[in-house]
Amino acid sequence: MRFLDEFNDPELARRLFDEIERLATREWAIMEVCGGQTHSIIRNGIDQLLPDSIELIHGPGCPVCVTPLGVIDKALEIAALPEVIFCSFGDMLRVPGSQHDLFQIRSEGGDIRVVYSPLDAVRLAEEHPDRQVVFFAIGFETTAPPNAMTVHLAHQRGLTNFSVLVSHVLVPPAIEALCSSPTSRVDAFLAAGHVCSVMGTWQYGPLVDAYQVPIVVTGFEPLDVLDGIRRAVAQLEAGEARLENAYERVVSSAGNAAAQAMIEDVFQVCDRQWRGIGEIPASGWRLSDRYADFDAELRFGVSDVDAPESSLCRSGEVLQGLIKPHECEAFGKECTPRAPLGATMVSSEGACAAYYQYRRLDVVPVEVGVG
Amino acid sequence: MIGHGGGGRLSGELVEHLFRPAFATSGAALGELHDAATLALDGGAGRLAFSTDSYVVRPLFFPGGSIGELAVHGTINDVSMSGAQPIALSCGFIIEEGLELATLGRIADRMGDAARAAGVPIVTGDTKVVDARLADGVYVNTAGVGVVPDGVDIRPSRATPGDVLVVSGPIGLHGVAVMSQREGLEFGTQIESDSAPLHGLVGAMLDAHRDLHVLRDPTRGGVAASLCEIASSAAVGVEYDEAAIPVPPEVAAACSFLGLDPMNVANEGKLVAFVPPEGVDAVVAAMHDHEHGRGARVIGRVVADHPGVVVARTRLGASRVVDLPLGEQLPRIC
Repeated sequence: MRFLDEFNDPELARRLFDEIERLATREWAIMEVCGGQTHSIIRNGIDQLLPDSIELIHGPGCPVCVTPLGVIDKALEIAALPEVIFCSFGDMLRVPGSQHDLFQIRSEGGDIRVVYSPLDAVRLAEEHPDRQVVFFAIGFETTAPPNAMTVHLAHQRGLTNFSVLVSHVLVPPAIEALCSSPTSRVDAFLAAGHVCSVMGTWQYGPLVDAYQVPIVVTGFEPLDVLDGIRRAVAQLEAGEARLENAYERVVSSAGNAAAQAMIEDVFQVCDRQWRGIGEIPASGWRLSDRYADFDAELRFGVSDVDAPESSLCRSGEVLQGLIKPHECEAFGKECTPRAPLGATMVSSEGACAAYYQYRRLDVVPVEVGVG
Repeated sequence: MIGHGGGGRLSGELVEHLFRPAFATSGAALGELHDAATLALDGGAGRLAFSTDSYVVRPLFFPGGSIGELAVHGTINDVSMSGAQPIALSCGFIIEEGLELATLGRIADRMGDAARAAGVPIVTGDTKVVDARLADGVYVNTAGVGVVPDGVDIRPSRATPGDVLVVSGPIGLHGVAVMSQREGLEFGTQIESDSAPLHGLVGAMLDAHRDLHVLRDPTRGGVAASLCEIASSAAVGVEYDEAAIPVPPEVAAACSFLGLDPMNVANEGKLVAFVPPEGVDAVVAAMHDHEHGRGARVIGRVVADHPGVVVARTRLGASRVVDLPLGEQLPRIC
């Protein structure tokens, strides 16, 4: 893999910081939509080095964070069944449901496997015909194509012991919900580059036009993020609102046609609850009717689990950029990565986890002598 | 839970809150948490270093090594991190019924070869067999004893503001090698474990400068976990420069792909040294002359600020707190 050092070059970064400083004549609030970008920003300290006039607001693009509590509880219920091998991306294991997390189910004997590729779950189903293999299909448009592929393959191979628990979410409806919210402070968006690598950029033009807000498709390495910010500030200062692609080495306007066809075949758009935010119309994918046989909710009869959130957790406001993580009263006290109240404190892409992990020195007192 | 064995915060809590109170005695060698305990000998010169470790790696064989080499090198290294020269090892096998004798034979041969090459004989042992499905093929425990030379006092609480941090070579190789073999991941080039015995390197470093303050082999939890533990037990601040960390390109690529930080990935043939400033040049020169220290680099320093906390200077010139990983490393979603 190339381009790791090239896009982390301190000298080029310095030039971009200078350029942003030169451009910015007033205060702007820019939201990076994707949690991967949030972590890159906090981890590399990009927000510390930007001029004070540029505020970065951390968006809702963390798939683990927005998966509703009710869906986590369904996952826990299915994963505890003795006949089930429950397959998940590693990120999901520590996300709290209303009672437990998947780690606890595993320590109590649940057969939970971390998979790196969703197709590993299909392979497990072939290797264990006597077991029910369930794959936890969550994520944004990025993970949807391989997740759809599992269902496609299982169907093609006639597997009757494979199913998926689907909770997919979509970026454009979330941006639209933020733009139309009366409390939104966002002046421009950095769109999630990897989502656009699948879906292309064409979905964002109508949002730019409807809300007169600049959207810059942005990558994840430090220089990518800085270039996205620079372009957003340049548009704002010029009084423009355009769709720009600052991640051209990966993203085309049409996106990945084969991946979109796979999604089209397996999923259909549905309304979706976002953890901490609420329901956003037409903001998710569920299995299309022709693949209903592979729906784990139907197979295990768990479609009616409903669970209330912790009243202390303000992750919804964090996910909408209304508060910074450390402005939540529970941050670092009742809520830590060890005992998280909300998923934003768990996921490697969650804003609360990023602040706790990398900014603890500034925002919470540190215990000495543990360890 | 599995995270209690991950070498992160949960492992530390288990030792601190469960084992330490249960094992408390008046002659508390467990008083300071370190890779090896050191025991004074009645009437004799020098002190005895004593350590044990259990090896539960899956798969049993991986690029650049096997559970056999790990069991020998790991315990030699734990003993060495007190400044001791190891003199002998014990081994215990817990074997799952059904394990092929040929497999066990290969492991034993690898252990024997590793011990002979290191010059530290395996002198006693034990074997138990458990029912099928109660173990992952075979578990190996080794213990080691060594002698700490007079005048050497190496332990975590000796980390002092002003100390210079030196890492002995490129990091992250073992963890990525095992992970890629276990999960069938390929990253274009074969990444091999760095498993190696470090007592020779430690000896050369001590010859260059007797007063090393802390040594640690950054296994589970990686270099970051070692730095966090030492910062905490010495109540000092630790700072390192991200740009100075030697990360091989293939490790950087694999970690970027999986969403892991190379600083959290396990090593089996590296050490981190806390060296007082007056000894740094001599120690680094001695490391460069040794086969296991050729890639040695200064990565940071001990400071009086932010006691108990490790801070990284990022490539861009900002800073961030470096945390002890909670438990297992979890590959991210996207």
